[in-house]
This record gives sequence, structure tokens and C-alpha cells, in this order.
Amino acid sequence: MSFLSLFRRHKTFSHGGIFPVEHKELTAGLAIRRLPFAPLMVVPLAQHKGAPAVPLVAVGQEVVRGEPIARAEGHVSVPMHAPATGRVKAIELWPTAEGPRAPAIVIDVYEAASQEVLYQDEVDVMRLTPQAIVDAVKDAGLVGLGGAAFPSHVKLRAPEGKRIHTLLVNGCECEPYLTCDHRVMLEQTDALLRGIRIVLRATGAERALIGIEDNKPDAVAAIATRLADDPVIRVQAIAAKYPQGAEKMLIESLLDQQIPEGGLPVDLGVAVYNVGTLAQIGDLLPSGRGLIERVVTVSGPGVGKPGNYLVPIGTPVSFVLEQDGVDGDANEVILGGPMMGMTVASLDVPVTKGVSGIVVYARGDQDQQARFVFPCIKCSRCVEACPMHLNPSMLGQLAQKRDYARMESDFHLNQCFECGCCAYVCPSNIPLTQYFRIAKAINRERPVSTE
Amino acid sequence: MSSLQFVGVAVAFMSLLGIFLATVLVVANRWLFVFEDPRIDEVEDLLPKANCGACGTPGCRPFAEKLVKGEVDPGLCTVNSKDTNKVIADFLGVELGKHEKRVARLACAGGAHVAHIRASYDGMKSCRAAHLVSGGGKGCAWGCLGMGDCATVCTFDAIHMDKHGLPVVDTEKCTACGDCVDVCPKDLFEIHPVSHRLWVACRNREFGDQAETQCEVICTACERCSVDSPEGLITITGNLAIIDYRKNRLASKVAIERCPTGAIVWLEPDGRISKGRDAKQVIRKTALPVG
Repeated sequence: MSFLSLFRRHKTFSHGGIFPVEHKELTAGLAIRRLPFAPLMVVPLAQHKGAPAVPLVAVGQEVVRGEPIARAEGHVSVPMHAPATGRVKAIELWPTAEGPRAPAIVIDVYEAASQEVLYQDEVDVMRLTPQAIVDAVKDAGLVGLGGAAFPSHVKLRAPEGKRIHTLLVNGCECEPYLTCDHRVMLEQTDALLRGIRIVLRATGAERALIGIEDNKPDAVAAIATRLADDPVIRVQAIAAKYPQGAEKMLIESLLDQQIPEGGLPVDLGVAVYNVGTLAQIGDLLPSGRGLIERVVTVSGPGVGKPGNYLVPIGTPVSFVLEQDGVDGDANEVILGGPMMGMTVASLDVPVTKGVSGIVVYARGDQDQQARFVFPCIKCSRCVEACPMHLNPSMLGQLAQKRDYARMESDFHLNQCFECGCCAYVCPSNIPLTQYFRIAKAINRERPVSTE
Repeated sequence: MSSLQFVGVAVAFMSLLGIFLATVLVVANRWLFVFEDPRIDEVEDLLPKANCGACGTPGCRPFAEKLVKGEVDPGLCTVNSKDTNKVIADFLGVELGKHEKRVARLACAGGAHVAHIRASYDGMKSCRAAHLVSGGGKGCAWGCLGMGDCATVCTFDAIHMDKHGLPVVDTEKCTACGDCVDVCPKDLFEIHPVSHRLWVACRNREFGDQAETQCEVICTACERCSVDSPEGLITITGNLAIIDYRKNRLASKVAIERCPTGAIVWLEPDGRISKGRDAKQVIRKTALPVG
């Protein structure tokens, strides 16, 4: 790196954003390791956005690792595959990270099984038609692994009258603590590039841009070396700033374009994929296998052995924590990153396709201190921090008055993607993001006005 | 022209203009006149102006309009006292109308002394907020979170939280406006006529022992109430006893007698809650520990 590069500013989005302490050094240097198989695996039928999958197995049936155990229901849905060889113990309600108990397939794992993946069917993906690739991605049960868990195949096809010309590859990983995407970029570079080429073929896009935050120069270098001077795929470092990894922010940073209100990336001819998803596409599609495991960062002050682990999907969180040296002092367990992740109320919750990390705070950590909420002092720090150009202060006051309809109609509540920047910077400790999530939940429940 | 003439022209012009505009107003008043029954204003003055919506109209003014038109009975307003409604009925010369009092009821009996807590929630003190964090810390995913969003939202001060963190509805004050029904994130409130005495105070959808690990007052779907009562009154749907209130006249205390947990109850006219003789006694007064 030359001396001049110290002064070069990397591209970023135009407004807002914060710089939380990253804590990535805990796990960034640790290679991905495989976690043992848990004695009990729980595969929820609704671990993606869209319709829940429909079980294909009966209670008592033996399943082999990689075997499809649930089929997709409709277009916006994906199938599930058995994460381990064993016997289906039950199909019952199980706690989820979202709260309500939901149906899940519970598998008793055979202890002495070799856990080989026997379900595979090798294909030359680059010879497939784009539609066949879309079907293959759906059959593999792939969803957005960055956390949103939106079925990947849906985004591969542009709706009537629209065309995807650019593929954006999201390697930002802007959440504190999380390093799983970082490790995937370093260790699974070939699979990632293969995945990008497959998606380019399926979408018909002409170019791919990989956006990586500049706090991961080794990942940028690794990919740039492997690419040499590829005419189609390009890697670009962008400023490390939260929430750089949000879809809308990434598009603005890399392409200087904003998605119109209520629009989707495809309106700009763009498709955004997480590096983890693409690496899985590159890995699973050629062998015709299903998504049965993913890389999860286990980190935080409460973890004895932080690291990046290859975890079978369906492993209960309690088992992961036990393996990683979390003692009884765990006070808060978050699935995902600390900014946007879900705190779980039960450790029986399994690792699902959308879980990118498990962050554990122990009792007495600084971040845990009880906080007193003061009145808003109109300092406008939240307005400066909001990457969506909203006015969180005003929205917060309307929320306190329960004027949820006006929040939506006059102050663009639905543009908020709950990144948490406003609540993070608020000197009065006002839980703004919580207010907005409540408001959105209530607005969703309200019957649509007929007027 | 002298200055006097100027003044004269101005006065004359202004007068003509005034007369012209006055004529326009008079004509407009005649042509565009809308007759509004003066009784609407008087009836509205007698209504509580709470705009609660319990009568089924958006507010008190539309209700007054409907009253004057004779489309509804004055008795439909549950916020007014019977005496005031009688005044309205006499004023309009109509019958008071028979309307049964309706109240909000909570379908959960899992207070802190009987319901297990699996995680302590330490965030914003609101059920809505707690519900968004993994459904709150309660062991039962369907149960009352006990942070009192319903008590806060109630305009009539009819809901207060008891010492076990469960909302108690004051049937005297409750007007059945339905604000608590809307605000509860677990959808535990329902509006019912007071004559519906038989009540399942649970929404848990789990079966048997699995359900009992979550709460001591829980419907385990044992079907005893359903077997004991007249056919069709109580059905077990999705591991929960559901009462068919169309058959309410068949309801009797026999349904609650053998309930092992006391999840199905009989609400006495005086406000007491009767549990069956087989219901497990709850002696514990303090909250259960977390875990």
C-alpha cells in the first residue's frame, strides 16, 4: 500500500451513518472451523421470507444428510434439507427467534453416522439455461445469508419489462463483531467467483461489482489477485461505515443511485447478493446439493472461544454456545449482529439460514447497563445519522402520541429499515428504533382504508 | 371635483357594493340551504363525546345523527349512564332499546405467580416492544406480557394491572370501545356481552404436559369440559377449548367442574371468577423465578 493511499477517500453513501466500535479483531483472523453435530437438530419450516415449506417426511422416518425433507410452497418459498443423518423425532411447534412458536421438523441425530452427504447430482452449471439455474437455486433451498433470508431465486428473475444489468456483491459486513463474510471471501474465494459467474449467467447482467468495506483490505486483495484483470467482475473498496451493507446504501455507494421510495433494486436494473449466498451458490449448484450448513460468527464479550464456525442449519443455539465456551453467565444472546440482530428469549432456538452470527454479552458488560430515557432535546443528531434522510426525532414524537398513520403518510416511516443509527446516537437514550418497529407493526395490522 | 364629491362617490360605490354582496349572500342562503335537524346538536350535547366507537359509528356526532334519524336506539351508547340515555330517549320520543352491556375480556390467566418466565426482558416498558424482541420473555408464547399497554391505552380507566401483572377489567367502567383489543400484541382481548359467563382464559396451542411446563393455569386440551357440556358447546380446536357462543344458553357451570388447571372459568354476575372444584389450587403469591 502506497503512502498516498492513506489520503484516498473511499466511496460511501451521501448522508448519515455511524462508526460503532467494530470488535472484529476477536474473530477476523480465525479460520472457519466445523462444529460437531448436535444430538438434536431442529429445522423450522419457515426460516425464510414467504410461505413456509411443507414437510415431505413423516414422524419416525429415517433421513440422510442432505435429503430434502420439506418442499417449497409457491414461488416465494424454498425447500429444506436434512442437516444430519438421523430419525425424525417429531414435527411440532418450536420456539423461534421471532417469538411465536412455529412448526419445525425435529431430528434425532445418529451418533455414529459418518454424516456424508450422499444426495448429490453433479451438473455443469454453465451449460444450463438461465431458467434451469433459477430452478436449481430454488431446489438448493438458498436464501439471502446476510440475514434477510429472502429466497435467492426470486431475485434472479427480473419482472416483465425490467432487465438486470448489474450484479452487486455485498461484502461489506458492516455489523460489529461479525466476520463470517470476511472469512468466506478469504477462504472460499473460488466458490464466490463461481457463484458470481453463475448468477451473472442466470440474470443476464453484464457486470458484477464486489463492494467490500476498506477495513478488510486482505479480502479485497485476495479477490483482486484471483480476478487479475477480469473484464466483467470488479472489486471495489468502500468506506467502513455502518450501515454500508444495507442494500440501499450499497447501491448508493457503488453506483451513486438511489432507489425510488417503495421501489426495489431491480427498478434500477440491479440485483444485490451477499457474498455468503454467492459462495454457497458456487459451492452447491455444481454438485446439486442443498443448503445444510452455513458459516456463523460466534463472538462477543461473553464467549470463551470466539470464532467462525461451519454450523449445520438446525443446531440449537444452546449447543453452539456450549461448544464455544459460554458459561452460565450469558446475559443476552443475539442472533445476527448487535445493531440489527434479534435477541432470543430461549436458547432452544435453532440456527437458521438467516443467522450470520451469535453475539453473547455476559452479565455486567458495559453495553448492558440499564438506561434511563430522557426527553428529546431536539439536538438533531438522529437526523444527521439517518442514512435514509428521515427525521427520526419527529417520527419519535409522533410515535409517543400514537399518531402512527401520520408517521407513515407524512414522514415516510416505511422507508426506515431499522438500522438503529438514530437510537445509537441519541444522547437522551430514546429507543427510537423500537418506536418505529412498533409503529410499523401497528400500521400493518390496521385495515386498509377504503376511502 | 371637490373633495366632498370624491367622498360622495366612494360612499355611494361602497354602499352599492355592500348591497350587491348582501343580495348574493341572501340568495345563496336560500338556494344552498341545508336543513339540519336542531335535535342533532341537542342529542350530541347529551352524549359523552368520548368518540370511543363502541356503538359502531366513528364518533358521537355521527351517532347523534343516526339517533335522530331513528336508525339506532339510545341504549346502544355504553358510555352514558342509563339515566342520560333515558333523557335522550324521552327527548326523541323513542324506546330506550334493549342492549346488553358488553365488556372486554382477557384470554389469559397466566400471572407472574403461575406462568414461567424463560428470559427476563429488560427493554422499553411496552408489551408491543417486548413482543417484537423474540415474543417477550414469557414461557408461553401466547400469554399476556403484563406491561400494561392495555391499561395505558384505556380512555375510561377501566383496566388496571393486578399484583401478578395481569390486566383486570373493571366491568362497570368498561364501555367495550375495543382500544385494548387493538393494542394487545398477543390479541388476548375480546369484547363479549356480560351474559357470556363461560370463558376460556387461555390461548395456548400446545398439548398436555408440554403446555403445563409453560404455565400452571393453561388449557391442556384434555377435553373434559367439552365432554361434560352439551354437545357442540365446546370444541377442542388446535389444542385449545373453543366455546361456541351461539349456543350460550346451554352453558352451565358443569363445564368448568373437572378442568384440572382452572383455565376455563365461570364469571359470576358480581365480578368474582369461579373455578371448578377439580382445579389445581394456586397458593403461591410471589412471582416464579426466571428460567
